[in-house]
Amino acid sequence: MQMETPLWKRLVVWAIVVVGLILAAPNLFYSRVETRNDAATAIAKAAKLGVTATPEQTAALSVWPSWAPSALVNLGLDLRGGAHLLAEVKLADVYKQRMDAFWPDARDALKEVRDATGPIKRKPAPEGTLRIMLTNPDGMQAALAKLQGLTSNVVSLTGAGQKDMDIVADGSDIVITLSDAEKAATDTRTLQQSLEIIRRRVDAAGTREPSIQRQGADRILIEVPGVGSAEELKAIIGTTAKLTFNTVVGQGSDKTANPGQGNMLLPASDNAKLYYTVEAAPVVTGDDLVDAQPSFDQNGRPAVSFRFDTSGARKFGVYTTAHVGQPFAIVLDKQVISAPTIQTAITGGSGVITGNFTVEGSTNLAVLLRAGALPAEMTFLEERTVGPELGQDSIDAGKVAAIAGMVLVGVFMLASYGMFGLFANITLVLSMGIIFGILSMIGGTLTLPGIAGLVLTIGTAVDANVLVYERIREELRHAKTAARAIELGYERATSAIVDANVTTLITSIVLYFFGAGPVRGFAVALFIGIVTSVFTALFVTRLIIEIWFNWRKPKTLIV
Amino acid sequence: MAWRLRLAPEKTNIDFFKHQWITFGGSMLLMVLSFVAWGAMGLNFGIDFKGGTTLRTDSATVIDTGVYRATLDGLDLGDVAINEVFDPSFRADQHVAAIRISAAKGQDQIDDAGLKRVTDALTAMDPALKIVSVETVGPKVSSELVWSSITALLATSLGILGYIWLRFEWQFALGGVLALLHDVFITVGIFALFQIKFDLTIVAALLTILGYSINDTVVVFDRLRENLVKYKTMPLKEVMNLSVNETLSRTLATSLTTLLAVGSMLVLGGDVIRGFSFAIFMGIILGTYSSVYVAKNLVLFLGLDRSDKPRATGKGADHEFANIDA
Repeated sequence: MQMETPLWKRLVVWAIVVVGLILAAPNLFYSRVETRNDAATAIAKAAKLGVTATPEQTAALSVWPSWAPSALVNLGLDLRGGAHLLAEVKLADVYKQRMDAFWPDARDALKEVRDATGPIKRKPAPEGTLRIMLTNPDGMQAALAKLQGLTSNVVSLTGAGQKDMDIVADGSDIVITLSDAEKAATDTRTLQQSLEIIRRRVDAAGTREPSIQRQGADRILIEVPGVGSAEELKAIIGTTAKLTFNTVVGQGSDKTANPGQGNMLLPASDNAKLYYTVEAAPVVTGDDLVDAQPSFDQNGRPAVSFRFDTSGARKFGVYTTAHVGQPFAIVLDKQVISAPTIQTAITGGSGVITGNFTVEGSTNLAVLLRAGALPAEMTFLEERTVGPELGQDSIDAGKVAAIAGMVLVGVFMLASYGMFGLFANITLVLSMGIIFGILSMIGGTLTLPGIAGLVLTIGTAVDANVLVYERIREELRHAKTAARAIELGYERATSAIVDANVTTLITSIVLYFFGAGPVRGFAVALFIGIVTSVFTALFVTRLIIEIWFNWRKPKTLIV
Repeated sequence: MAWRLRLAPEKTNIDFFKHQWITFGGSMLLMVLSFVAWGAMGLNFGIDFKGGTTLRTDSATVIDTGVYRATLDGLDLGDVAINEVFDPSFRADQHVAAIRISAAKGQDQIDDAGLKRVTDALTAMDPALKIVSVETVGPKVSSELVWSSITALLATSLGILGYIWLRFEWQFALGGVLALLHDVFITVGIFALFQIKFDLTIVAALLTILGYSINDTVVVFDRLRENLVKYKTMPLKEVMNLSVNETLSRTLATSLTTLLAVGSMLVLGGDVIRGFSFAIFMGIILGTYSSVYVAKNLVLFLGLDRSDKPRATGKGADHEFANIDA
């Protein structure tokens, strides 16, 4: 009696196995393929900028053939080493900025109805709220109408048709807040801008495969492999980098001095005892910059050179022409970096920021200025750094454990099921290969719990085989022919195998959505492991048994 | 006749209900004790759930926790706990310590300056020392993680409950999931009893236990479903016994292979993942036990309707693939 699986089915099964193994192959030469991939990325980046590749990069390309698959399993931060940050964007910052910016406009608009309202005054209010007191409440309607004229429609799909501000009368006061629709639109925008700016900053710092994702309503998860510590990463992305050029009104050492209306008192960044009084309204801001590069000043100290765009250059030119001989302050995140005196009118639109910089500091500042300022401040809720040594130790230990687990399970299967155990072991090795192939293909990330998940899969991968073999043994007892017993064994064990594994699939899906980073890696490994091991047990082992059976044609069967 | 390793004789006829006061009752008692341990001793929560900072140091110099303590004292920190870590996978000259720092009074989490004081002090104390990992979790995230963990455990339980209900009957679903909770609660009880660090990966392990423990139970249920139709007049208790006996050798084989694999992870996989491996290891042992001694007792207790009405699966046959072998 022959066992015969349809040819097309056999071809499909073997094709899946072969493709899986081919996709897994690059992982055997991990560092070599990685060198090639890094070179390919660098060359592509250079080509975009119109730069030709260096000979070393071209040479690195040839260490791995270009026709061979080159996708690798990514190593998670806990294995490769790197930094992980969970940042919360202070969305309310932007509401405050908006209201502060709205006040001068509102003031000017209300001037036109001053006859009706009398003098107006901004009253203290919670952040993000603008409260304006009218001396004469009779002019309320006129004032409200004026202010309504300043509002505009919300620019978003969900908030279409709504105004961006809520303007209501409260006694003799007018209370202005952003409308809910506008807040939602602003939140989305703020978060997107933050993401984009963080991405630019991290990219500029030149690290490999950073992952920057939005999480929930106001959070950003940043994972950067290869960074020495979360501190370093925070230095790059944590600063708001709001750069302004302000008129200096005065300076002193009293930090409690009253700066006066329309002015701010700011500390000097390099001198704890020095405070500057500057005009609050900046002359130009970092938004007007088009470029910033680390450089050196005439004394050879690190500095940052910058270039304004056309409108920035014009504003700066007009200002410096009018204020020759006076100092102006270069302010970064509410600290005065330096306050040089304007020697001559600067009309070329470029300049140099000097200060107490280190080379690293000036390089970082240039990166930050190029990428632009963050729209809102961020706080860090979670910081994790794993050193590469620990990651390597984990990989080594994981490898040893996986090999030991495989050998132990293999010996057990051989002892329990003889020849059939051997078949199960062959499939086990194949399924491990296919798992790596799938992980490489989908760009999955292997983490330390992920390795544990794979080891766990080793144990359960043979489970489906065990179920089938036990069932075949039972069927054999009922004195059926060998071929029939194998067939029945497979058929009758299938429902148990499927039911038992679907529950674990449910778990791995929940795990994926529940966890981040390492736990997510575990979920992915578990999911792929289960699907692969059920596939190999039900189809691949069966084909192997079939080949053996048709070759040896045993009369009796010992499982 | 070739020799085969047998974990159970070819045909067993064990009465799994015989000592149910000890087996099932014992399980219930263990569960109660777990709750007691949990309540009385509390769990040794890691920073994922409690907030705070952990550092891992690696040095060629032998560790004296007293010196470490003295070094970190007076740095204006919150509570500091220092533990030396041992592991067979370490090199002979590798000495690892885990330092846990809670935020100082009035702070949410350690600030950069505080962390720098710590790292500077440690490297000044022992120049050979390397800080191989630093993790800080703020209170906001840690309290959220507690909730998302509980939600995840509930969601998984409900998912499994729903699936088994769909494939079997509600008594199976309820019995199976209660047996799962038994596995999870006792595992948590063990973590409380030995004060093993309980962090996010342990929750992941508990979720995995949910998925894997039900595995054995499902295989027993699958056989039970088949036998209930085959032996219509046999008392429920006996059908259950028969089903467990028939699947016993598979249950033992699978548990053993999984234990071999997870056991090698537990021993050789390094200390970073040890808690995780341990939870899964315990979970598998408990899961095997509960699928033999707990789940079916619960189903028996809930009672089964054995009248010949159409089944929940909509099939009258003894199992899904019965028609093939008509």
